[in-house]
Amino acid sequence: MADSMITVFERPHSLKPVPSHFCSGCHHGTVHRLVAEALDQLELQQQTIGIASVGCSVLLYEYFDIDVVEAPHGRAPAVATGVKRVHPDSIVFTYQGDGDLAAIGTAEIIHAANRGEHLTVIFVNNTTYGMTGGQMAPTSLGGQVTTTTPYGRDLETDGNPIRMAELLALLDGTHFSARVSVDAPRRVAQAGKVIHKAFEMQKNRAGFAFVEVLAACPTNWGLSALDANERISQEMMPCFPLGTFKDLSGAQG
Amino acid sequence: MNKRLFVKGNEAVCIGAIAAGCRYYFGYPITPQNEIPEYMSRELPGLGGTFLQAESEVAAINMVLGASAAGVRVMTSSSGPGISLKAEGLSYMAGSELPAVIVNIMRCGPGLGGIDASQADYFQAVKGGGHGGYHLIVLAPDSIQELYDLSMVAFDLADQYRVPAMILGDAMIGQMKEALIPHPYQPLAELPAKDWSVTGKGNRVQGNTVKSLFLQDGALEAHNWRLHDRYQQLKDREVRCETIGIDDAELILTAFGGAARIAKTAVSMARQAGLKVGLIRPITLFPFPEQVFRQATERCRRVLCVELNNGQMVEDVRLSVDRQADVRFYGRPGGTGSLPTPEELFEQLQKHYKD
Repeated sequence: MADSMITVFERPHSLKPVPSHFCSGCHHGTVHRLVAEALDQLELQQQTIGIASVGCSVLLYEYFDIDVVEAPHGRAPAVATGVKRVHPDSIVFTYQGDGDLAAIGTAEIIHAANRGEHLTVIFVNNTTYGMTGGQMAPTSLGGQVTTTTPYGRDLETDGNPIRMAELLALLDGTHFSARVSVDAPRRVAQAGKVIHKAFEMQKNRAGFAFVEVLAACPTNWGLSALDANERISQEMMPCFPLGTFKDLSGAQG
Repeated sequence: MNKRLFVKGNEAVCIGAIAAGCRYYFGYPITPQNEIPEYMSRELPGLGGTFLQAESEVAAINMVLGASAAGVRVMTSSSGPGISLKAEGLSYMAGSELPAVIVNIMRCGPGLGGIDASQADYFQAVKGGGHGGYHLIVLAPDSIQELYDLSMVAFDLADQYRVPAMILGDAMIGQMKEALIPHPYQPLAELPAKDWSVTGKGNRVQGNTVKSLFLQDGALEAHNWRLHDRYQQLKDREVRCETIGIDDAELILTAFGGAARIAKTAVSMARQAGLKVGLIRPITLFPFPEQVFRQATERCRRVLCVELNNGQMVEDVRLSVDRQADVRFYGRPGGTGSLPTPEELFEQLQKHYKD
């Protein structure tokens, strides 16, 4: 009987068989899985080097069964540049949160994109600093209550939520920029396709590919997992519309 | 290869680095070290290497971190204000045990300060300019030839001990021209394979991880003791120091780098005048030549430390002699017109020789 059974679902080989430290309802596990599935499907595990950033995703190397370098806060695109210039045939990706990429690391991401570095960037936007306990992020929504905006984010004094996927799409060095979400099954499937494409482009040496993923942080939002998913579609998507803002993959032949 | 060259210090350090196999350079412009990125941008592409002008000092040191993690010899250079910005990356590299060579062609400070020669970054270089308690290997050349030689040594020591190495020069050493004999590169020792580097996992059973975060019980303490042992090994094995006439000296002058050049002339003026004056010139500032000072001051009880700052290395001299000698200081903090002359130092030698 066993011989006739077909595996229809399994753990991606690019992930280690270990439990994660992520909170219940957190989407990092989902996004990790989508990245690992892409690496498996494209058969890239052996040649991939991940760059971990500072925040909840720093423990990337505990979960991915690949080579990993840990970068200082915000510096992952610069570290990735160094790695990729040495090993141009490897696949190098950064995995960064919103504080890391869109606040302290703004210069590094913009210039890595502008140079057209052959990198894949996975940007997890959950509108808060998760690891440090829910402070205001550059992507926090207007009025959002965080531990450092106890009266809500005031757009007059605290600035506006920053739209990185649109911003990076403006740069000549960016070859692909899209925003996806993992709040619902069909959008998880769509996010997987986009992430797959972003790695496939690097495999084809097609240049800088950026995928922003809208994700939940139920712990710091003070919401249940289901309510957190609801917040993504009801509150985040109006500010952070899903879509592809630039795609030169066709132009690369 | 052994043809004599007539080059600037900033070029000599590049020639040495390339001879030692460095093919990757990431940097950002700042005076007085601009000849370094300019030289590398000219030479590396033709050697199959990579020169990249980064968007910031911060990005440059993190590109160095990435290239080092990827297993190659890599260099960056800057001057004080830029080194301050690189301090974060240096701390991460020290914590992640990543070898690289960082050149600091010192200008004067604090703040924007000025572009003239100074040695005011001694503390920053030797005591660890970033957070968390670490050391860099610090090498202080006093000639163009030595810049070349130490450039190669820096790569070897960094690779051997997995500690980032800093070459601490100054505007005078970096900008002036001297003859250089580019001896072929000879590794100091058989260097360990970089089997820890990231290359893509390939057929390895486990992925390699380059990191400085240690969260398990006791893991960070064990890591820090391991680094401490490495620093101790450097102290035991890798001290470099030049001494002149200390056996019969009644007064020992000590200085490093650019200040030592001026000091050497002052010492020969003193000898010609019949004063028994010797010189200790630390070449490695970390590891500091503690034992050389300790032994020399068992007989000679007076030391004059001369620096192009208001007194930094003098603290390490005092710690080394541990009160068995009278350690005095003379310094000029740098800035236009603030470089001491040999005559000025000779005058100081005469004064401290007598009382």
